[in-house]
Amino acid sequence: MACYLTTGKHANFYYAFGTVLLLLAITAPAALAFGFGGAMAARSRVLPLSWFGKAYISVVRGVPDIAFFLFFVIALDQMFEWVRHKVKCPDWGEPIRQGNDFVVCQAAKLPLGDAPQWVHETYGFFVAVLTFAIVFGAFAANVLYGAMRAVPRPQLETAEAYGMTRRQTFWRILVPQMWVYALPGLSNLWMVLIKATPLLFLLGVEDIVYWARELGGTANPRFTNYPHGDWRMWYFLVLLVFYLGFTKISEVFLERLMVKLTHGQATTGGESQRKAT
Amino acid sequence: MSCWQTIQDYALRSVGIGERRLPTEYTLCEQFTLIGSGMIWNVYFGVLALIFGFFLATAVAVGKQSNTKWIRKTAEWFVLIFRGSPLFIQFFFAYFAFLSLKQVSPIFDPFTAAWLGALIVLFLNTAAYSGEIFYGALRSIPKGDVEAADAYGFFGWPRFKRIIWPTMLRLAWPAYTNEAIFLFHATTLVFFSGFPTWGQRGDALYYANFFADKTFNPFVPYPILAGYFILMTLCIIGVFGLINRYLNRHLPQEARRLRRPRMNIIR
Repeated sequence: MACYLTTGKHANFYYAFGTVLLLLAITAPAALAFGFGGAMAARSRVLPLSWFGKAYISVVRGVPDIAFFLFFVIALDQMFEWVRHKVKCPDWGEPIRQGNDFVVCQAAKLPLGDAPQWVHETYGFFVAVLTFAIVFGAFAANVLYGAMRAVPRPQLETAEAYGMTRRQTFWRILVPQMWVYALPGLSNLWMVLIKATPLLFLLGVEDIVYWARELGGTANPRFTNYPHGDWRMWYFLVLLVFYLGFTKISEVFLERLMVKLTHGQATTGGESQRKAT
Repeated sequence: MSCWQTIQDYALRSVGIGERRLPTEYTLCEQFTLIGSGMIWNVYFGVLALIFGFFLATAVAVGKQSNTKWIRKTAEWFVLIFRGSPLFIQFFFAYFAFLSLKQVSPIFDPFTAAWLGALIVLFLNTAAYSGEIFYGALRSIPKGDVEAADAYGFFGWPRFKRIIWPTMLRLAWPAYTNEAIFLFHATTLVFFSGFPTWGQRGDALYYANFFADKTFNPFVPYPILAGYFILMTLCIIGVFGLINRYLNRHLPQEARRLRRPRMNIIR
């Protein structure tokens, strides 16, 4: 048994957990950056920019996220190839969309047709990360937009009274104070992000769901690759427990962070901390 | 083939009525009709899971407040398991669990089909999420209401039915509207997890994905799907808004104002 669980294939399964963690580690800051950009756009004074920010937030939130995952993977891929096509093969005569085909010149293929396997895998992973960042960026933008408006008005008025410009008020007063209001929403979002990672499977990345299905199943009833019956149920039970543990740990950690952030803030939480000491 | 003909052939294809063969040309009309046909499944899963889930959610909320230890622990574990793990994995696990059970007894045969198996998973999942919402509402019922009920001699079941339950629903309703919207969004996961489509009778996303694969052009089917879902979200907000008005009918006008459902959770 112990011997079986340490085969090369299983090593891939264990690496896939690393893939998931890596995805989370890259996506979380990226989505936060997208969200920050979206929130800044939404509260911009330039009208088209503000419309763009608000449209981004409401459209992405109003549609099932899985539809976006399926959409962006193809759309982003085609967009990259289209741009590269325009840059690299300017004298290409034929149209790109020929009926039901999407044709670009060889040099514009992404990744290049002769690239090694790992480049293809990394590219797929990269597109997946970008997709996650765009979708969760919209949710983060909504949270941050709300948090920016939750900062007490007098704080900003005081900054204006001191003669700070709009930009200075934003960066020195608003941004440092908004995090405590954003944290409940952001921690909720983090939980959702963790629970969205199995969707990687749909984006064509060989993640834990893929390997659980592969390893648990009897590859082919006649030529059984694995010395067991249909174990997929148990493999998915392991994944279930993994995610349960992960969300539980995150919960504890975020609770501590919240206690730290409320310290010294002008909120009821900060006030009760001050009284306690 | 005219568009009317297409609608006649394919409007109910997802439930197995009409033309079996999928169309070979992919005009806007075909895409609208088939994706709309797939929406039948989304509505089916969403509505049934919501209705059944509502009752279990109430039970879970009350169970979490129970003084009996084992009832409380059961409810807490139920909520923890279904809220702490991804719905996607739950679908996979349930499907393979039903597959294994099928070998034990043929009773479990229908459970491996999406119409029942996936419905059960969605039902339990939404019960856990809305149970947590109801539990939060249960804890924030104004103390005065309960005291007044006690003073009038309400006790036990009548007290729950006449006083506590309506107030709980009233407080939980905006959040519950959210939950309903996201449940409908979650129904798109069904045919992308373990549950297979039989005879290519899938839901809306299944057909949208089919068209995107065939035409290699995601810019037509997915926006159609998005349009359908936005329409459905508006319907949900409308219906739940009416119920909200009914629940709050005794309150002064000012407080009645429907709080806009804020969407900040997905699974």
